Amino acid sequence: MSHIKSIKFGLLSPAMIKKMASVEITVPELYDSDGFPIDNGLCDLRLGVIDPGMRCKVCGGTIGQCLGHFGYMELVKPVVNPLYGKVIFNILRTICRKCSRLLVDEDEVKKSGLKGAYKKAAKTCKYCGEKQKDISFEKPTTYFEGRRKITPEDIRERLEKITDRDAELLKIKGGRPEWMILTVLPIPPVTIRPSITLETGGRSEDDLTHKLVDVVRINERLKKNIELGAPDFIILDIWELLQYHVSTLIDNEIANIPPARHRSGRALKTLVQRLEKKEGRFRGNLTGKRVNFAARAVISPDTRISLNEVGVPLCVAKELTVPEMVNKINIGKMRDYVLNGENYPGANYVIKPDGTKKKVTEENKKEIAKELDIGYIVERHLVDGDITMFNRQPSLHRMSMMAHRARITPWRTFTLNLTATIPYNADFDGDEMNLHVPQDEEARTEAEMLMLVQNNIRSPRYGLPIIACKHDHISGSYLLTKEKKIDKKDVAQLLLNAFGPEFVMNNISEMGPCSGKEIFSLLLPEGLNIEFRSATCMGCNKCQKEKCPYDAYVVIKNGRLLKGVIDENALGEKKGKLLNRIEKQFGPDVAGKFLDSVSKLVLEFLTKKGFSISISDCDISKHAENMLNRAKEKTDETNKQTKKHKEDWEKIIIRAGNEIVNKCGEIVKNDIKENNIIVMVKSGARGSYVTVTQTSGVIGQKVLAGKLMKRGYTNRTTSHFVRGNLDMESHGFIKSNYKNGLSPIEFFFDAASSRENLMDKSLQTKHSGYMERRLINALQDLKVESDFTVRDSRHIIVQFVPGEDGIDPAKSDGGSINMEILE
Amino acid sequence: MLVRGVCLAEKKTKIDIFKNVLVPKHEILSEEEKTNLLEKLNISKEQLPKILSNDPAVKAIGAKSGDIVKIVRKSPVAGEYNYYRLVV
Repeated sequence: MSHIKSIKFGLLSPAMIKKMASVEITVPELYDSDGFPIDNGLCDLRLGVIDPGMRCKVCGGTIGQCLGHFGYMELVKPVVNPLYGKVIFNILRTICRKCSRLLVDEDEVKKSGLKGAYKKAAKTCKYCGEKQKDISFEKPTTYFEGRRKITPEDIRERLEKITDRDAELLKIKGGRPEWMILTVLPIPPVTIRPSITLETGGRSEDDLTHKLVDVVRINERLKKNIELGAPDFIILDIWELLQYHVSTLIDNEIANIPPARHRSGRALKTLVQRLEKKEGRFRGNLTGKRVNFAARAVISPDTRISLNEVGVPLCVAKELTVPEMVNKINIGKMRDYVLNGENYPGANYVIKPDGTKKKVTEENKKEIAKELDIGYIVERHLVDGDITMFNRQPSLHRMSMMAHRARITPWRTFTLNLTATIPYNADFDGDEMNLHVPQDEEARTEAEMLMLVQNNIRSPRYGLPIIACKHDHISGSYLLTKEKKIDKKDVAQLLLNAFGPEFVMNNISEMGPCSGKEIFSLLLPEGLNIEFRSATCMGCNKCQKEKCPYDAYVVIKNGRLLKGVIDENALGEKKGKLLNRIEKQFGPDVAGKFLDSVSKLVLEFLTKKGFSISISDCDISKHAENMLNRAKEKTDETNKQTKKHKEDWEKIIIRAGNEIVNKCGEIVKNDIKENNIIVMVKSGARGSYVTVTQTSGVIGQKVLAGKLMKRGYTNRTTSHFVRGNLDMESHGFIKSNYKNGLSPIEFFFDAASSRENLMDKSLQTKHSGYMERRLINALQDLKVESDFTVRDSRHIIVQFVPGEDGIDPAKSDGGSINMEILE
Repeated sequence: MLVRGVCLAEKKTKIDIFKNVLVPKHEILSEEEKTNLLEKLNISKEQLPKILSNDPAVKAIGAKSGDIVKIVRKSPVAGEYNYYRLVV
């Protein structure tokens, strides 16, 4: 095959169309009564081969070799190419109707181009003196001069007379202007419109073939009518019909003309429709392609596998294969795979050095195993430890696709570690994810070095952990590090989970009852020194540091947790200072293992201890209840005020609402003792004091469209209020809490506000998806070169210093650089 | 407004666009600075970002095609940031 040196876009000349064609098409029928393609029909054998075993009449190639050959059809009367409707219109009104010279000065054409020059067109031609008439355009393909229609024949005549120099001035490149009027139609080869043989033996033709049949049929009818000397109006009618069929053959979604339809009523997919839109040739087949060695399944959590792993069902592992070259060292192993055949761990195909591929079956597996030699490639089943790529849509950032090592499971879902759910934004309410298996060593190495989960703990956006502890990990480590004393046998059990049996057996002599902090210290690497405030910090005026009365100041010296509790500020997403430091100081290997062992240890501890919540955890004392009611009395006071200051009623209500919510929040926060819900809130695992207040205190002001509830009836929100009522309760202030329940009107306001939030959220995701696409397309080739300049694919500089300040956010601490830990 | 517009047109008063806070400082590089810059970056001048010769700021400082303009931009992260563009 020859290489493409250059591509030129332009118009095809009628001569060129005939030159590239191998056959003229004149018959609208496809097959004769024996089912054999008719000569000069649309399935003429000279248009290419689509049936296996046949040879092309023109080039002699078989189905894969012969790409097909064009045919042509002589149109009896010329028609307008609908894609150039506007261009033809602009030309027509810029040139003389008689001599086709420009009606505008050369300079004007150069200045305003084809699209603007007609505005300055002279009323009389300065070359031949012909008076010009008004030309109008009726989309998509009809032109009028005055009231008279200009036929495509006339248009073509005018365009033909345009001098080459004038055409150049009008910026018509890639061909003569008259080629925009079609006189010869190229008939695409059958290979781009293959017919499908149905099970019944019948044939089903491609949309394009159907449309071409229409064009040929009308063309023949027009020819016959002209030969018979039919009256003009009949000819014109058929001519217009021919224009319609040619137009829809090119583009079946032109405005103002009905799309050509299939017998079933479905619109036909013609030339333009094959290229356009998301599923078109460009976006669907060139920029994005379907791939092999990919799988999709529902995901589930697995707390026992590493964050670098993904659980792959056995049935999937038998389909996805890894090609492995046979060499001196692995030949025995490869032979075993082949001998296993379909049985896991086996092989599906073997590729010989000459490139032939053979399927491994029950019958031939022994034979192939015997034949197997160095240089063969075995496509073996996926096994534990193979590198795979795991992805969840929408892929909004680069952590949406990471490399995981396969871990074959007997189940039917993909499983993943919980710390990896954050970057994927995954949960397990039915989410599905995709798995890909890289097929060569380079891809595998690249995936492992750049995309492995532990190498993506730090987000490249702000340089803080994005793969981190969540939910139970955080409340668990909070409770563990608060625990004063743990029995010896519990200690052994916990360590068994975190480090495995070997560690326990080797250290059993040193084991004894100890505190939670001591156990947690075992996870920390030696040489780690860090001090920070935990999430439980009360924000005292003067911090007493290591003497903190709430044990909220964390002190770690040489890998030993001396003071403080471990919570969200140590391990959490974006906030985990401890995790951040370990990754930075000791690298991804240590950080990955740390996350793995923390989650295993802590979850075991939590399971042992037991952790559950109940609605009664939000109960408050009688005393607090009274205080809440007193705080809520403020509404009555406010309602009196709004009546007095009618202009400011909105501000008054908002201020009073905030005051009540804050007061009730304080009351609830001070009243509830430390129970499991409060543990979750304090440690940052889930929920906040706001949600607790809403459950047992007060819900507060609801807003709609950024304002108080004001919509509804004339001067009132619902018909339960008097018109002009300015009370808090009638404008969305909810006095009740979720535990005691809402009144019907309160419920209505709550629902209205919730619905708005829900809609905003779903609309916003649509926008961010499209933004991501645009951003990726705009920036995809930009790269920081070795001389620290940002350049595009042509090596043209875009930025002289990356990000203007030269700081790599991925290696920073939330955008800035921590000077303390710099040596 | 209209009166003022007419006045400006009559007097042919030029508005100094560099007085606007959003327009950064532009200056033309001398031949020596030019060679130094290209040597430092080890590039040909075609590899610089471009700016059209009919850009208002370029017209205001009178830079011609082939010149390199230095643009001192205010940056929220780096204070000041120098950018170089080739006039085309």
